[in-house]
Amino acid sequence: MIEFSNVTKAYTNKDREVHALCGVDLVIEDGEFAFLVGHSGSGKSTIIKLITGELKPTEGSVHVNGYSLDRIRKREIPFLRRTIGVVYQDFRLIKNMTVYENVAFAMRVIGAREEEIAERVPYVLSLVGLEGKSDSKPDEISGGEQQRVAVARALVNNPSMIIADEPTGNLDQDLAVDIMSLLEEINNLGTTILVVTHAKDLVERFKKRVIVLDKGLVVSDGMEG
Amino acid sequence: MKVNNFGYLVKEGFRGIFSHGLPSFAAVCVTVACLLIVGSFSVLMYNVGIMVEELNKTNEILVYIDAELPDADARSVGTQINRIENVQNSVFVSREEALEAFVAEHQGDSAFSGVEATDLRHRYVVTLMDNTKMAETVVDIEEISGVANISAAYELAEGFSTIQSVVRIASIAVIVALLFVSLLIISNTVKMAMSDRKDEIGIMKMVGATNGFISFPYLVEGFVLGIFSAAVAFGLQWLLYDLLVARLAAVDTLQLFSFVPFTRLLTPMIITFTAAGLFVGIVGSLNSVRKFMDV
Ligand SMILES: Nc1ncnc2c1ncn2[C@@H]1O[C@H](COP(=O)(O)OP(=O)(O)OP(=O)(O)O)[C@@H](O)[C@H]1O
Ligand SMILES: [Mg+2]
Repeated sequence: MIEFSNVTKAYTNKDREVHALCGVDLVIEDGEFAFLVGHSGSGKSTIIKLITGELKPTEGSVHVNGYSLDRIRKREIPFLRRTIGVVYQDFRLIKNMTVYENVAFAMRVIGAREEEIAERVPYVLSLVGLEGKSDSKPDEISGGEQQRVAVARALVNNPSMIIADEPTGNLDQDLAVDIMSLLEEINNLGTTILVVTHAKDLVERFKKRVIVLDKGLVVSDGMEG
Repeated sequence: MKVNNFGYLVKEGFRGIFSHGLPSFAAVCVTVACLLIVGSFSVLMYNVGIMVEELNKTNEILVYIDAELPDADARSVGTQINRIENVQNSVFVSREEALEAFVAEHQGDSAFSGVEATDLRHRYVVTLMDNTKMAETVVDIEEISGVANISAAYELAEGFSTIQSVVRIASIAVIVALLFVSLLIISNTVKMAMSDRKDEIGIMKMVGATNGFISFPYLVEGFVLGIFSAAVAFGLQWLLYDLLVARLAAVDTLQLFSFVPFTRLLTPMIITFTAAGLFVGIVGSLNSVRKFMDV
């Protein structure tokens, strides 16, 4: 579960202050699928970074999956992150590793056993429809396929939620719909999904909860349509 | 950290060294050079210490006995000298013995041909335990009745301790400076290795790898670089030392310098090189790792 209570976030660069969030209240329950939309600079990525513990709120409290982000200890942050899968617009795959290794890497670095890895990775790759591409390198597959690898990697440690910051920003229309359908399927398996997007057509098409952000404030929150 | 990850992490550490062959090689070279200089100064310091100690043993005080004093009383002054705390031992030299030595030394020198035993005085040759306290001890000896005067080479004693402290200060300064240089070099190599894998590290953080897990390979990398450099430096040091001692022995026919054989330095040198290697390797990589670990 994600819970923001009256959260403000101010960035201070030199002596200039930017108020990215100005009192955000927000609750996303387990198992929900929500879109987060808003103009560029409205604070969407800031919300994501507050959820993953990359940033601390200036004021207010943030609770994610049982952790209090406003007073979390540094060495607890990795354990919070294991409950969240993150997908980015630029995929962030490791170029010299195969598809299989990219996904296995996410398990290995949190200390999984090789037997678990050998069992779990093929399953997750089949879930995102990439059974045949295990041994390809990222630059040998399409953008849509690369984003599927990123989704598989986000899924592999069995997080309770997946957060995607513009996951379809680099993809054309059809591939974008594919990725969104994939996230919808994953949501149907019980994983909470939060997607940041600019694509109005996708938001209209998928008929999910839409949270609209403007100048650091939630200006509208409800079901599409 | 689980045991089954240990092998993986160590392997990653070695991968780091070889995937940055050139910087790693450069780091080893610079560290070896620094450790060699550090080692050379350490053995120099050690040998100078031993030489000064040896030289000090031969730095004696001559205590002349009052010429009026009867022979029997002159000999009893020795017991009183020996009672003084800083005196190691004292040897009585009668005026006859002194003359013999004098004559032997100035053989064929006509200027001294008329010297008689009665022109000389009985004396004691006194060696001290601690030459830095020579002045105080001389005062103590002067108070003994029957002592006429004392000839002591303060300057020589002071000179030796000055040489020793100059060598010591210079060595320590060089050692600290070079350890710092090696530290920076290794730290820089590890930093390079880390920024090369910035993306991987970012992904590791994103999926929830702990800082310990992320840094471990880089610690292994620093550790291996440090220990390897120490081993190479140790071997070279041994070779150079033996070479130097052999050269010196060939030139130094007067045996002014006496270097102990390297085999006698083995244990302290192994400890010094290992400690220095570990220190620069681990502290160097920790220093880089720390900067990468925020958020
Ligand atoms: N590190 C930073 N330092 C200073 N200001 C920042 C920083 N990051 C973001 N901002 C500012 O905070 C505000 C919100 O930024 P944020 O990245 O959350 O926007 P966004 O909604 O994700 O925009 P976009 O749709 O373009 O990705 C913007 O005005 C931005 O300039
Ligand atoms: Mg953004």
